[in-house]
Amino acid sequence: MWQHTTVTAEAQPLSLDLRDVVKRYAPDAPNAVDGIDLRVARGEIFGLLGPNGAGKTTTIGIATTRVRPTAGTVIVTGIDVRAHPSVAKRHIGVVTQFNTLDRACTVEENLYFHGRFFGMSRHIAHARAADLLASFGIGDRGRTMVADLSGGLARRTQLACALMHHPEVLFLDEPTTGLDPQSRMALWDSVRTLREAEGMAVVLTTHYIEEADALCDRVAVMNNGKILVCDTPEHIKRDSGDGVLVTLRLRDANPGLAEQLRGLAGVGAVDVDHATIRVHVTGTDGIVPHVVALAGADLRDLAVAEPSLETAFIALTGRALVP
Amino acid sequence: MTTLSIGRGPGRAGIYARAFWGLMLRDARVLAREFIPFLLRTIMNPLLFTFVFTYVFPKIGAGITPGGATGVSFATVIAPGLVAVAIFFQGIAAVALPLATELGGTREIEDRVMAPLPVGMVALEKVVWSSFQSIIAAAAVLPMVLLVSAEPVSVSVASWPMLIATVLLAALVAGYLGLVIGTVVKPKQIGLIFSLVVVPVTFLGCTYYPWAQLGSIRWLQIFTLINPLVYVSEGLRTALTPAIPHMPVGAVIVALVIQVAGFGALGTWLFMRRVID
Repeated sequence: MWQHTTVTAEAQPLSLDLRDVVKRYAPDAPNAVDGIDLRVARGEIFGLLGPNGAGKTTTIGIATTRVRPTAGTVIVTGIDVRAHPSVAKRHIGVVTQFNTLDRACTVEENLYFHGRFFGMSRHIAHARAADLLASFGIGDRGRTMVADLSGGLARRTQLACALMHHPEVLFLDEPTTGLDPQSRMALWDSVRTLREAEGMAVVLTTHYIEEADALCDRVAVMNNGKILVCDTPEHIKRDSGDGVLVTLRLRDANPGLAEQLRGLAGVGAVDVDHATIRVHVTGTDGIVPHVVALAGADLRDLAVAEPSLETAFIALTGRALVP
Repeated sequence: MTTLSIGRGPGRAGIYARAFWGLMLRDARVLAREFIPFLLRTIMNPLLFTFVFTYVFPKIGAGITPGGATGVSFATVIAPGLVAVAIFFQGIAAVALPLATELGGTREIEDRVMAPLPVGMVALEKVVWSSFQSIIAAAAVLPMVLLVSAEPVSVSVASWPMLIATVLLAALVAGYLGLVIGTVVKPKQIGLIFSLVVVPVTFLGCTYYPWAQLGSIRWLQIFTLINPLVYVSEGLRTALTPAIPHMPVGAVIVALVIQVAGFGALGTWLFMRRVID
C-alpha cells in the first residue's frame, strides 16, 4: 500500500523529509539523534520503533519545531522547519506522549480554542469541535473539565484536538502507552480511518512491536539515535533472516552458556536477561536441538517464535525490546 | 470551508494576529470562570490595609501623620502606593502562577506553543493579558481606597499622560517579571518565592511613604532604587497626588522603560529556553 502512496508523492512534496539530522543536548553529551535520514510520503503511516532512549521522541520533537536540531535538514510538507517554524506549525498536528491538554479548560474548549489559534471563526471552530468530538465518541463529554478525564478519553481528546486545523502530517508520540487494550484498538482504528478519509501522513513512535506491525506501512527501527533499518514490516521480518527466536528460561543465570551459544554456527544475537536467554537462530536446520543440548538440565522452559518484528529487532540490535 | 490559506509571505502577519487573538480569547474564558476569586485576591489586601490604617487607626486616636510639611493625610500618601502594589502583584501573579504549572509537570503550554505564531509571541500574549488584569486591579483598588478611608483623600488626576504611561509601563514590568519568575521557579516553590519577593518589595517599594522622605535614612533611600515598585509608586504620586514630593518624571519613565526592556528580553529568552530544547 505504501508503494502506491509513494507514486503520488512524486508529484507532491514529501510529508516529512529528514536529512543527516543530529541532536546533541549538551556539548559533551552523546548524540541523542545521530545522523538520521527519513522520508515519509503523503498518506503513509510510518512508525519509529525502538526502546526508551533510542531517540524517537527527539526525532518527533525536531520535526515538530519543539527541538532545535544540532545539524541537518528538516522539511515538513515542503517547508523548512528550521527556517520557518511558525509556517510549518500550520501543517502539523501533534499528540504528545503525556496528557498536555489545557487543564483550565473543558474538553470542548480545548478543541475550540485550538481552532481559534489556527484562525477559525467562532462558528466554524464550534462546529468542527462538535464533529470531531462526536466522531471520537466523546460528544457527551464536551463540558467535562480535562482533569476529570480517564487516560483513554484524554488521549482521544488530544487526538481530536490535534486534528482541529486539518493538519497534513500527524505526529503521535507513544500514542497507546498506558492505554487498555480496547482503547488501543480504538485508537488504531481511528488512525487508519484518518489516513483513509483525510489522506494525511501519520508518523508515530512506539515501543510496541505489535503496534508497528499492525498499524504501520513502514517502520524505522531506531537504537542509540540511529536508524538501523527502514522498510515495510514484511520486508524487515524477511530480511532479518528466515531465522527463529529461541527463548530459553533457565533455573539460574548462566553467563557461560550464553558464551557457548554465541560460539555455535548459525546463532546470531544472544540476549541475556538474568535467567532468560533469547537466541536468534538464523536458518541452519537442526540447530535448536543443539541449543537445547547445551542448556542441558538447567533448562526450565523453551519457546520458539517464528520470524516477527521482535526477532528482527533482536537480530538488529542484539537485545530484546522489553518496555 | 474550514481549510486554511497556506500562503507563506503575504498574510503571515494576519495569521499571527489571529493566533494571538485566539490566545487572548482562551485567557479571557479562563479569567471569566475565575473572576470573583480574581477580584477578591486583588482587593482583599488593600481593603484591609486601608480599613485598618485609614479608618480604624484615626477612629481610635492612633492615626498616622505623615512627616514633612505637606499637610496631607496618610490615606493620600498610601493611595498611589496601594494602586502600585495592586498593578504590580496582579501582573506578576497573572503570569507566574499559571506559567509555573503549565511549564512544570503537565506541560499544558504545549498546545499554545504549537499555535501558528512565533514562540516569543506566546510569551508576549501572556504579558499583554496580564497587563489588562493589572489595569482592572488598579481600577478596582483606587475607588475602594477613596470609599473606605475615614480621612480626607486628596487624589485627583494631575497629569493624564503621566498616569497612563506609568500604569502601562508598570503593568508591562510586572508581566515580564512574572514571566521571569514563572519560567525559573518550580511550581512547588512559587509560594515561597512570593513571600520572599512580595513582602520585601511591597514594604520597601515606597508604597507607604514617599521616596523623598527617605532622605533622612540615606542608605535606605539609595538601596530602594533597585526596587522596581519604587518607580511605579512615585510615578503614580506624580500623576495622582502632586502635592506630595515625588521623583522627577524623567527618572520614573526612564527607569520603567529600562525595566520593561531588561525583564522583557530576559523573560522571553528564558521562556524560549523552556519550551524549545
